[in-house]
Amino acid sequence: MTASPLLQVQGLQVAYGPTPIVHGVSFTLGREKLAVVGESGSGKTTVGRALLKLLPRQARIGAERLQFDGMDLLQAGERDMAALRGRRLSMIMQDPKYSLNPVMSIGRQIAEAVQRAAKLSHAECNERVETLLARVHIRDPKRVAAQYPHEVSGGMGQRVMIAMMLAQRPQLLIADEPTSALDVSVRQEVLHLLDELVAEQGLALLFISHDLNLVRHFCDRVLVMYAGRVVETLAAADLPRAEHPYTRGLMAALPSLRQRRAVLPVLQRDAAWSAA
Amino acid sequence: MTVMLSVNDLRLAFGEGAESRTVLHGVGFDVARGQAFGLVGESGSGKTTVLRCLAGQYRHWQGDVRIAGDVYRGARSLAHARRAQMVFQDPYGSLHPRHTVRTALAEPLHVHGLDRVDERIDEVLQQVGLPLHFRFRYPHQISGGQRQRVAIARALILRPQLLLLDEPTSALDVSVQAEVLNLLADLRQKHGLTYLLVSHDLGVVAHLCDRLAVMQQGRIVETLSTDALCEGGAQHAYTQALVAAAEA
Repeated sequence: MTASPLLQVQGLQVAYGPTPIVHGVSFTLGREKLAVVGESGSGKTTVGRALLKLLPRQARIGAERLQFDGMDLLQAGERDMAALRGRRLSMIMQDPKYSLNPVMSIGRQIAEAVQRAAKLSHAECNERVETLLARVHIRDPKRVAAQYPHEVSGGMGQRVMIAMMLAQRPQLLIADEPTSALDVSVRQEVLHLLDELVAEQGLALLFISHDLNLVRHFCDRVLVMYAGRVVETLAAADLPRAEHPYTRGLMAALPSLRQRRAVLPVLQRDAAWSAA
Repeated sequence: MTVMLSVNDLRLAFGEGAESRTVLHGVGFDVARGQAFGLVGESGSGKTTVLRCLAGQYRHWQGDVRIAGDVYRGARSLAHARRAQMVFQDPYGSLHPRHTVRTALAEPLHVHGLDRVDERIDEVLQQVGLPLHFRFRYPHQISGGQRQRVAIARALILRPQLLLLDEPTSALDVSVQAEVLNLLADLRQKHGLTYLLVSHDLGVVAHLCDRLAVMQQGRIVETLSTDALCEGGAQHAYTQALVAAAEA
């Protein structure tokens, strides 16, 4: 590979006041599906939000390097970031119920994103909204466009979020637990759709999740975070052979249909994991 | 084998006349004393609704429910509370934020006019593996897993025979989930409790339960033993899809 990766992160630190909550996280991301896994409080969401600079004002972000497509995100001001967000770097959140505007029809919300990308006439815009809804496998785009968020299911809502994100052809998508609020059958559909977009549009995907089993099958590589640090980076398929005791502990604690145990092994935390 | 909980032809509808919507279409299952029975299904399948009927939160259902042989008609009474207790999904939501652990645990004792309050609290804290000084803490001063332990202690303090568990670990991290699942398995064995566990996670149900029923749109589509499930004995297409998703 001659081209440098789309996203390069080196020594990313995020601190509120004197205490850092993300300590020197480094990774690169190309056209692939990279997972960030860890338990609540491990800092995985903070890393995702730091890339978009969507953290509260009192958060201080530092890094040796934070480069997106040749651009230095550390130096980028609020105006530069606003131009990047949505257009080239996009994010979808866990629960569509909270990310969609409840008093605006779905069609109008997607139209806002469409109008941000290009000035179109009313008819052209409507047509584009319907194309986008069809793109995320919604069967009756016209009807859904006229509906409000409370009238659609969770899986449908998440597809609407993805349609909105697609209105502006981003290069990098940060998906923060995009399927955690969804039922298993619907989850497969949404994952399948994300997979398709990565393959067809060359989207880079940063997939934030707590679900090790899901990540093992869905992603290419995995970063395992513990207490604000990356403790292990490995190929997703290698998760069952992970080396770090934390990763191994998490894998072992999962109840499984194939391997039944009377007592589940409980994770024994080691102070050294958060000191390294 | 005596039957602890028997549910027959449980039906529930909301709304009147043309607006009426049936959410449970004749659900039925039996749970033996000391057994753990799982109800699995996706959101909207009616699994939590079944628990709520049994806990007395919905009272206008029809059907035949017997707890330890006695007919249960949906009333909330002291006697029912001593027999069956519920543990909810979200320990943040189910504990009063301005009540200490002691206050939360003492309340059912006062309601039931029981004596030896502090002694009983000590006992139940030990049972769920919490240090005794935790009685002075508020919910925000303890972790999510510890909070779920308090919720379990609150359910156990009246010494019920039947625990209704509504997604007791789905708000917890996997490592903490393992601790709570181990605790529940341990308590069942020690005290001969009967569990009715509702979960969307087949792995959790298979770990804790001996038998399970799979629900879809207010109906039970299949009832089978956990052993059969794990050996690929699921008959219904929907159960097979859930197994495939859990193993994926």
